[in-house]
Amino acid sequence: MKITVAGETKEVRDGITIAELIEAEKVETPEYVTVSVNEEFADREAFGSQQLSDGDTVEFLYFMGGGRA
Amino acid sequence: MAFTNEQLERYSRHIILKEVGAKGQKKLCNARVLIIGAGGLGAPAALYLAAAGVGTIGIADADAVDLSNLQRQVIHATADLGKPKVESARETMNDINPDVKVNTYHTFVTSENIADLIKDYDFILDGTDNFPAKFLINDACVMAKKPFCHAGIIRFRGQLMTWLPEQDLPCYRCVFKEPPPKDAVPTCKQAGVIGAMAGVIGCLQALEAVKFIVGTGELLTGALLTYDALHNDFHRVKLPKRDKKCAVCGEHPSITQLIDYEQAVCDLKH
Repeated sequence: MKITVAGETKEVRDGITIAELIEAEKVETPEYVTVSVNEEFADREAFGSQQLSDGDTVEFLYFMGGGRA
Repeated sequence: MAFTNEQLERYSRHIILKEVGAKGQKKLCNARVLIIGAGGLGAPAALYLAAAGVGTIGIADADAVDLSNLQRQVIHATADLGKPKVESARETMNDINPDVKVNTYHTFVTSENIADLIKDYDFILDGTDNFPAKFLINDACVMAKKPFCHAGIIRFRGQLMTWLPEQDLPCYRCVFKEPPPKDAVPTCKQAGVIGAMAGVIGCLQALEAVKFIVGTGELLTGALLTYDALHNDFHRVKLPKRDKKCAVCGEHPSITQLIDYEQAVCDLKH
């Protein structure tokens, strides 16, 4: 199936979970990433069980500090 | 207030813009913006907002200028080493534009003083380097219904988002919930940051303030704009609506008092 990850269309296996996608995408500090699926926040507790569907749009949102100092 | 001939010339490139005009320039001249953090992000934002003629600019920072700052904090110069950053910033801003009233706050921003600091300003820029401060600014602005723009930078990447006190717009806490534990997420000091990234993202924050004041275009609300310089990729992530369960802006907020989280990310000196 095809999903859109951070604006890019990708082919992934059917029924991939959010946790599996996080691993496949080599997300940095995966414990602290926020995930949205089709503009809804995904529940962190459900990353391991929530399966994605064909056509889903997934975004990873990262903590970024920086600036002063 | 009528413009002097000097002001008409100084702001001519603004006034000629149909989106700004004399009316918009007057709004800028009467506006009040608070910049929290006179560092990488605050430096370019302060320079451009002063140049734009923003009438009153507040700048808050407890630090002094350090040699390791100068790779990106372009409002400070080598001769400013050891000087409070807010003083150095004020001098540079007034060199560019003596018309701007600069209020300096040589202090850390805490749960004790933030409400007082933000109350007289129209728009707040978060140019801080650590998550406790970012959550504090978010929560204080949400509670006081104060528009603000968050930003962060690391390595070759940056991000920003704007929040307005309007229904259904997500706040920073809707997205990120709570500060990560100390050292869980790499900091600029540990991971580095390319100097010009602070320039790009700080300028985008300045543009958010200008658009808000002038009342033109679309603000970056309900979205997080990310920039990846290595891949030349600007990506606008549309955010979910306000989280009804958000601890600060949700329907039954559990946070009703401001919190000073333990200093968790970049250490205070660098």
